[in-house]
Amino acid sequence: MADRSERGANRPALSLHVPEPDARPGDTIDFSGLSIPAAGSAARPDVTAPATETHPLCFTLVRVLDDEAKAVGPWDPRLDPDTMRRMLRDMALVRIFDERMFRAQRQGKTSFYMKSLGEEAVAVAAAHALDREDMCFPTYRQQGLLVARDYPLVEMMCQIYSNQGDKLKGRQLPIMYSDKAHGFFSISGNLATQFPQAVGWAMASAIRGDSRIAAGWIGDGATAEGDFQYAVTFAGVYRAPVILNVVNNQWAISSFSGIAGAELTTFAARAVGYGIAGLRVDGNDPLAVYAATAWAADRARANLGPTLIEMFTYRVEGHSTSDDPTAYRPQNAGAAWPLGDPIARLKSHLIGLGEWDEDRHKALEEELGQLVRDSQKEAEKQGTLGHGHYDDVDSMFDDVFAELPWHLAEQRDEAKAETAARGSGRK
Amino acid sequence: MTVRNMIEALNDAHDVMMGRDDDIVVFGEDVGYFGGVFRVTAGLQKKYGRSRVFDAPIAEGGIVATAIGMAVYGLKPLIEIQFADYIYPGFDQIFSEASRIRYRTAGEWTVPLVIRSPYGGGIFGGQTHSQSPEAFFAHMPGIKIVIPSNPHDAKGLLIAAVEDPDPVLFFEPKRIYNGPFDGFYDRPVTPWAKHPKAEVPDGHYTVPLGKAAIAREGSEVTILAYGTMVHVALATAEAEGVDAEVIDLRTIVPVDIETIEASVKKTGRCVVLHEATRTAGFGAELSALVQERCFYHLEAPVRRVTGYDTPYPHSMEWTYFPGPARLGPALKAVLED
Repeated sequence: MADRSERGANRPALSLHVPEPDARPGDTIDFSGLSIPAAGSAARPDVTAPATETHPLCFTLVRVLDDEAKAVGPWDPRLDPDTMRRMLRDMALVRIFDERMFRAQRQGKTSFYMKSLGEEAVAVAAAHALDREDMCFPTYRQQGLLVARDYPLVEMMCQIYSNQGDKLKGRQLPIMYSDKAHGFFSISGNLATQFPQAVGWAMASAIRGDSRIAAGWIGDGATAEGDFQYAVTFAGVYRAPVILNVVNNQWAISSFSGIAGAELTTFAARAVGYGIAGLRVDGNDPLAVYAATAWAADRARANLGPTLIEMFTYRVEGHSTSDDPTAYRPQNAGAAWPLGDPIARLKSHLIGLGEWDEDRHKALEEELGQLVRDSQKEAEKQGTLGHGHYDDVDSMFDDVFAELPWHLAEQRDEAKAETAARGSGRK
Repeated sequence: MTVRNMIEALNDAHDVMMGRDDDIVVFGEDVGYFGGVFRVTAGLQKKYGRSRVFDAPIAEGGIVATAIGMAVYGLKPLIEIQFADYIYPGFDQIFSEASRIRYRTAGEWTVPLVIRSPYGGGIFGGQTHSQSPEAFFAHMPGIKIVIPSNPHDAKGLLIAAVEDPDPVLFFEPKRIYNGPFDGFYDRPVTPWAKHPKAEVPDGHYTVPLGKAAIAREGSEVTILAYGTMVHVALATAEAEGVDAEVIDLRTIVPVDIETIEASVKKTGRCVVLHEATRTAGFGAELSALVQERCFYHLEAPVRRVTGYDTPYPHSMEWTYFPGPARLGPALKAVLED
């Protein structure tokens, strides 16, 4: 490379800014610089307010549960205890399920798993705030949507094991669920693709004069993809009845959210530039997640268009079973997260109301643990990856097209012959 | 000479070239502090600083586009797309921009860019971590494509790619990062340490682009392969007792037509082997080339042994993967034809 030009010789040298997190392995994690607005301090605009009235909310945090786990302020959704107990149950179930399946991967029963530890409220509370008929376009850490909608755990496990009971016929990587009946769109391993698809589904619902809305989820890191821009542009232009959730758990594998632009502004603030409604929410506060989702859903149903919601949370563990976060961030970073644990917070809230107690919680955990163990036993009867996994040569060629063209029919026959020969001792 | 696996060899190629040439910048998802999800860039940020080795936002289109901008400034970006399956948002920038800038400016601007990407199957990665998309790019005028099969070549080819004046796509078969894989999936995994091609020279050397290697000399049939499939070809020839000549193409664009032609004219038979789907795969191009140039020497039709024309499945990986069970009968058949 040539030296700096003659012309620029007297000017200061430029330098590249590369964001770097505050703490790396060996450092002590310190969240004390984090600005955490008090619970109840965020205003709650009317659902029919112009989008601009929500924009100050893109720079604060909608929080309902205060430090004593009391529900405070205008965003308190005033849920009945049964709904809250159900949300608590669903979050606890997701956590136990995650723990169990993570262990199953470590035991070699499947190839891959992703937990949502600490982020359970993001999916579970949203599912309870949406109507059962609303359509979800999740990314890979919203298993709580399925749990909250009573999708059978055995079905989830069969998918994770790619076994003979897997309705996706062993085709998809573990946790890439799909279930139309539960309003849960097929998860893609290619990031962000679902976000504009959610908008398209919502546009279709509007075209048809339907009443159902859509919700999409994307990670903070994946907002950098072009798909994010497609989503917010189309959603705004066509006033699509859609809720666009950015799950800001602050880590994209090893890259902290600064690499996605978090040093500059909030993810919710993307709404300002596109002129759509935006909210920034404490994602570890189940009541705040519920309230914000319900607000956005009401707005969408009133034909007032999309809301971009940043769910501010923290990825407590690794990205997946393939990841070791101690290689790039301090140990126990998750435990230090000052916005706490969504299960503990809702539990304390219910206890404070006199609607729950430690004994009942313990009994619930035991019951859910048993449910997960029973489901696992049931699922494993249908095999695990490598031991009774889904294995049907014919089916491998199905669904490429509605009908099998000649070349796939030929390849299917080749594959069957190969499998038969292998079965008779050849490799 | 140092014994290195493929990851270490590639890492060393980065280190050697970054030490020699300040214009080289490395970026991509997770490549900075962490050193990449496969650790190919481990230690580079610490050694060369954050403005030469840094994490990129999750935006493959943005990664390729900004790399093109850097290249036209005069830098030599050496970027990583985390998985080849994720490269498609960058497709427009590769196809409509990187590949044509020299041509459309009559050489006024050039794009000396290397795009590395882990590629191929065999790791139970499902359909978004297993693809072999080389044919899409081979179809583009103006992009060179390299696919190494061992640590020695990986390092020398990557250095050659960095020194090349034009955009190069460098696909790294991830299944053979840690050891050669011959497709006998139920046998114990072997590390590179026992393989002669793991003897990697220290310092600078190149393996020229556009030159194939003869991985095994033979007389009965020519197997054209690259990446992981070179190991499958060698093991299958051995297992079947076929005296195959195995050509490791190493670069598929431009392909080493002289080596191919000489081999097929010698053996009179040819099997083309790749992991990618069959229809319009690179095997179609190879098959056409052989037919055009060696027709009167052929004793049998050219055969393709490939992945099937389906998305890459998860649980049925070994049914899908073109291993010895598919290549063996094809070799037999081409010898009987």
